[in-house]
Amino acid sequence: MSSLLRLESVSKRFRGLVAVDQVSFAVTRGEIFAVIGPNGAGKTTLFNLIAGAMAPDGGSIVFADQPIQGLPADVICRRGLARTFQIVRPFPALSVEDNVTIGALQRHRDVEAARTRARTLLEQLDLFDKRHRLAATLTLPDRKRLEVARALATEPQLLLLDEVMAGLRPTETDRMVAILRALNRDSGLTILLIEHVMRAVMALASRVLVLDHGTAIASGAPEAVVRDPAVVQSYLGVEAI
Amino acid sequence: MMARLSAGLSRRGAILLAVLFVVLLSAPFVVHDYLLTVLILILYFAYAGQAWNIMMGFAGQLSLGHAIYIGLGAYVAATLFIRFGVSPWLGLLGAIPVAAACGAIIGFLAFRFRVAGVYFAILTIAFAEFARIGFDHLDFVNASGGLFLPVKQNVHSDPWLLRGDPRMFYYVILLATSLLFIVCHLLLRSRVGYFWLAIREDEQAARATGIDTFRYKMYAVMVSAAATSFAGVFYAFFYNNLFPEQVFSISRSIEIILGPIIGGVGTLFGPILGAFVLTGLAEVLNSAMTSFGIEVPGVTQVFYGICLLLVVAGLPDGVWPPLARLLRVSTSKK
Repeated sequence: MSSLLRLESVSKRFRGLVAVDQVSFAVTRGEIFAVIGPNGAGKTTLFNLIAGAMAPDGGSIVFADQPIQGLPADVICRRGLARTFQIVRPFPALSVEDNVTIGALQRHRDVEAARTRARTLLEQLDLFDKRHRLAATLTLPDRKRLEVARALATEPQLLLLDEVMAGLRPTETDRMVAILRALNRDSGLTILLIEHVMRAVMALASRVLVLDHGTAIASGAPEAVVRDPAVVQSYLGVEAI
Repeated sequence: MMARLSAGLSRRGAILLAVLFVVLLSAPFVVHDYLLTVLILILYFAYAGQAWNIMMGFAGQLSLGHAIYIGLGAYVAATLFIRFGVSPWLGLLGAIPVAAACGAIIGFLAFRFRVAGVYFAILTIAFAEFARIGFDHLDFVNASGGLFLPVKQNVHSDPWLLRGDPRMFYYVILLATSLLFIVCHLLLRSRVGYFWLAIREDEQAARATGIDTFRYKMYAVMVSAAATSFAGVFYAFFYNNLFPEQVFSISRSIEIILGPIIGGVGTLFGPILGAFVLTGLAEVLNSAMTSFGIEVPGVTQVFYGICLLLVVAGLPDGVWPPLARLLRVSTSKK
């Protein structure tokens, strides 16, 4: 299988601080790939580089055989790479349905067609009954799923999820895991996730990359990575296993 | 087309809207000339407020310098009329591109160099002031001496040249306000309208959702500027005189945004309601004071200030959203 997303020695510095240091990895089409690491490891920065929120200082990012490093976020989204935000950002004063419709309007010029598409997604993500509510009135788990729905509405090939499980209770986490797994299985959607919740990572990811102080310290299958001494030392701690 | 027009409008809302339209349509047969002039003023503010609302209410870009588009529209049409006898309707075809181009320049400078929020608002004021001082020294349009439109004392109104009695002006502005209302209604339900709302709500999230925010903000400024230029054309032909100090003045910019703020920014009916409330009540206040023989200069401005304070403190979304709930007409979208 060819890789859908490939990073080659990607770096980002904020003045003196090297947030992301020569990180390379590849995400294969159709897989679920996770990036984990302690707070401040550079995960969200790495994400922002991929999604176009900021440009890398060095290295290359290739998506679907095209270089995308330094492109604006909206162009990257239209190329087929959609993201969610760690701190959720739905359009607060708009209805749930309008939020998702706006995403669908990227692929449908007609508003009614976009709305129909949005309703299908809202059903998939268990938000159909709340479609007329304002986004601002939803609970956190609902808002997280709304962000996923809006990102999916842009019909991405690759979905970037920034700590989509954070702040969810275990039952809600399981629900989200089930939804993501179904999306991956049924539509072949490739998913790249940043995650702190190891329970979700172990359940979802086929491969894991571990970041620490901006560098990749380990990668591979989740079962192997969690036993890696360097990972245990820097991140998980002994009791996590 | 009809389906799109009626989308999002409850039966009740449609009936109320139709009743209002019929009342306004028959008003000139009932009211005397003074009251008709007040109604013209109200509709003028409703129109200009609606045009401004496209930029602020829909796309979230605060302009405090909309006088520049009023002034440009007024000057382009008046100059063409005075110098070449061109109909203001043809003049409007010149005024629209001029205003849109001016909006495009301001928008490009601001959005390209990431001037946003308060700084963007200051930039719009600066351009309006620049235009005021510029026109004050532009001999081609008689500089600070101003322009005067010839008033013909004829019995017949001439809608083609916009010369005539208040009744004609009333119908012109009523038609324009109704048209702009329909256009805004359709815009809000279009692809562009949704992208504007997304930008207003959260620009970064809008970008992440694939929206080219630069492009759609440019559209908002240009559409708003183009629509506002008609208010300028109307202003020139209704008042028959034009001075840079007046038409480009910052108070012109402020007075057109009071209506939408009082009525409800981002709502379709807010600008219209706001214009009725503000201008209507101010006129009532004025005539009441005159009848009591009291004359206080600036009392209208004080009244505007009090209205603004009350609304900002008590109804931060404007008068329309709670009123719409009371009347049980659709307010599904801001």
